[in-house]
Amino acid sequence: MKYLTEYRDARIAKSLARRIHAKATRKWVLMEVCGGQTHTIVRQGIDELLGDAVEMIHGPGCPVCVTPLEQIDRAVALASRPDVTFTSFGDMLRVPGSDCDLQQVRARGGTVRVVYSPLDAVEIAQKNPDRQVVFFAVGFETTAPANAMAIWRAHQLGVRNFSMLVSHVTVPPAMIALLDAPDNRVQGFLAAGHVCTVMGWDEYEPIAERYKVPIVVTGFEPVDILEGVLLAVTQLEAGEARVENQYVRSVRREGNTAARELVSKVFRLVDRKWRGIGEIPGSGLAIREEYADFDAELRFGLQDIHANESPDCRAGDVLRGQLKPIDCPMFGNVCTPMHPLGAPMVSSEGACAAYFTAGRLRTPVAGGVQ
Amino acid sequence: MTASTMQGAGAVCPTPSVERERVLLGHGSGGKLSAALIRDHILPHFTSDVLRELGDAAVVPTAGSELAISTDSFVVNPLEFPGGDIGVLAVHGTINDLAMMGAEPRYITVSFIIEEGLELATLDRIVASMARSAAQAGVAIVAGDTKVVERGKADGLFVTTTGIGMFDGDFRAGPTRARAGDVVIVSGPIGAHGMTIMSTREGLGFEAELVSDTAALHPLVRRLREATAGQVHVMRDPTRGGVASALNEIAAASQVGIELDEESIPVDGPVYAACEILGLDPLYVANEGIFIAMVPDAAADEALEALRSHSLGTRACRIGRVTSANPGTVWLRTAIGGSRVIDMLPGDQLPRIC
Repeated sequence: MKYLTEYRDARIAKSLARRIHAKATRKWVLMEVCGGQTHTIVRQGIDELLGDAVEMIHGPGCPVCVTPLEQIDRAVALASRPDVTFTSFGDMLRVPGSDCDLQQVRARGGTVRVVYSPLDAVEIAQKNPDRQVVFFAVGFETTAPANAMAIWRAHQLGVRNFSMLVSHVTVPPAMIALLDAPDNRVQGFLAAGHVCTVMGWDEYEPIAERYKVPIVVTGFEPVDILEGVLLAVTQLEAGEARVENQYVRSVRREGNTAARELVSKVFRLVDRKWRGIGEIPGSGLAIREEYADFDAELRFGLQDIHANESPDCRAGDVLRGQLKPIDCPMFGNVCTPMHPLGAPMVSSEGACAAYFTAGRLRTPVAGGVQ
Repeated sequence: MTASTMQGAGAVCPTPSVERERVLLGHGSGGKLSAALIRDHILPHFTSDVLRELGDAAVVPTAGSELAISTDSFVVNPLEFPGGDIGVLAVHGTINDLAMMGAEPRYITVSFIIEEGLELATLDRIVASMARSAAQAGVAIVAGDTKVVERGKADGLFVTTTGIGMFDGDFRAGPTRARAGDVVIVSGPIGAHGMTIMSTREGLGFEAELVSDTAALHPLVRRLREATAGQVHVMRDPTRGGVASALNEIAAASQVGIELDEESIPVDGPVYAACEILGLDPLYVANEGIFIAMVPDAAADEALEALRSHSLGTRACRIGRVTSANPGTVWLRTAIGGSRVIDMLPGDQLPRIC
């Protein structure tokens, strides 16, 4: 498949790994921001290839994982209402709330439907005028344009029974929060290619300059990630810190200007809580006043639902890159995909799930077959 | 996960444990939840030794020789899809379960649960295509039942088929018979059925390119058996839960490890593309017209040649090997030289956000 298979070429990947090893004079610590990148790294065994040249720590870029517990509880409350058809992307269904998840709500009689686009939810609302249709808008800048489009479309069409429970977050404030932490170990970032496809990379330039960290906009295939690592290591070895673009087939400096305009037309920046991390100033998107009719929190009066997270779950340390999933005392015994303590064990992009499903037995397996 | 760890976890954790009060959709996925449903709620009551083997079909003694018996229910939405319909699936699925034990399918019974309001023309088309596929497979439909339930109490039509097969000689295969050193073969490209259903149901735009692989596999099995003089250890049709779940079941039942080579697993372009877009792994996607075979290394070339000489197996290939290391575990050698464990999923694969 064009633009895909060539970025999974084993020969190129191995050659890049050799060049990284040749370039690195010490072990560098890089963070990949996006959960999609985490999965590629763990599923393909890229961390094995990097060995002692680079330590990859896994960033907060899994939208499912950082959605705060109280937002899940609000989703559960909405989905449990008899007049509501609750629509969501599939991977939110198994994220544990305080009492239960959306799958359990469905088994108990709630109407929960998996959709593949927020526009599908608008269509469901049009076809079911006697029901309140709510879409769970979760994600980073990548999914914001489609969600903004759904609200704009519902507004244009006058679909009054449609609304959105918004839990959008943005990447740059989270990177700043990580870099400001006194125990920060990150020396360079692989920025998320799809986020930058929408937003471009101009907002990353002041971060690279102020914190003296290389930031490489990187794709999601093995060759992309290894090339991103090589570019970051090359900068670190040369004492440089600037924004560089590995994902040239998708990303322009200014991003997708039409998408950015739509996002800022419908959403405004707000302070947002991140699951396991806490509130980060200016890190979330909320629906603007002009479109407040479509805000499910206002329509259904959900602002009073609050929740405290499990003290046993160390998702916050994992999401901040302070703890590898396999070093968590709960990992694999108390906390598993069948019984997740926190969201990173549930989502297909969560670091804990990535280690559990793909990397859990890596060491014994490799030893057993070689 | 054992029942005891699940309970232990529930004691310390304020977040929800595995649902214990109600059935979830994930209990029907073919993954760990399905296994738990059968282990905790069915097998404690049904204690037959034959059933406990959990093969694709039961092998029971009779006065003359042994019989293979299998039963399966079909609940697919949409009822008709590119490459087949629920009736064809019901015939092929039961035939294939018998064939995987090494039996020759002979008789099928069918039970229809029909929802009030189903168009009779739809029912006619489905029954006619069942008859056609049974005739083509050389299997007789010999008994049946119909029930009609109120609108809203079923999804159009549910079909349950039970099949009976006979054995030709001593040849037997089964999930407990894999041995270290066996070669793992797949009879064709994976993931076509599941992605066809998903694409048709959700209107993903791949409908023109995707066709279900549904097929009756016993002629292909017969050719494999004859070419290898019955040296086949295991056969399994990787239906719901896909190749990954089927291999995990075999690894557990035979207490062996299974190593796969990522680059050798055949996936067709449209299936690959649809999986990429949804963030699904084709190893976990359902198939209805391929099977996995495990044969001793010495018989592998003959096995492949035999499979490829049949129209249903032209793209058969080796995808891995059985080892004594890591019993009960399936893992993959990635193209770039890493490794990863291929675990069973808890429930269904869930399409990702971005």
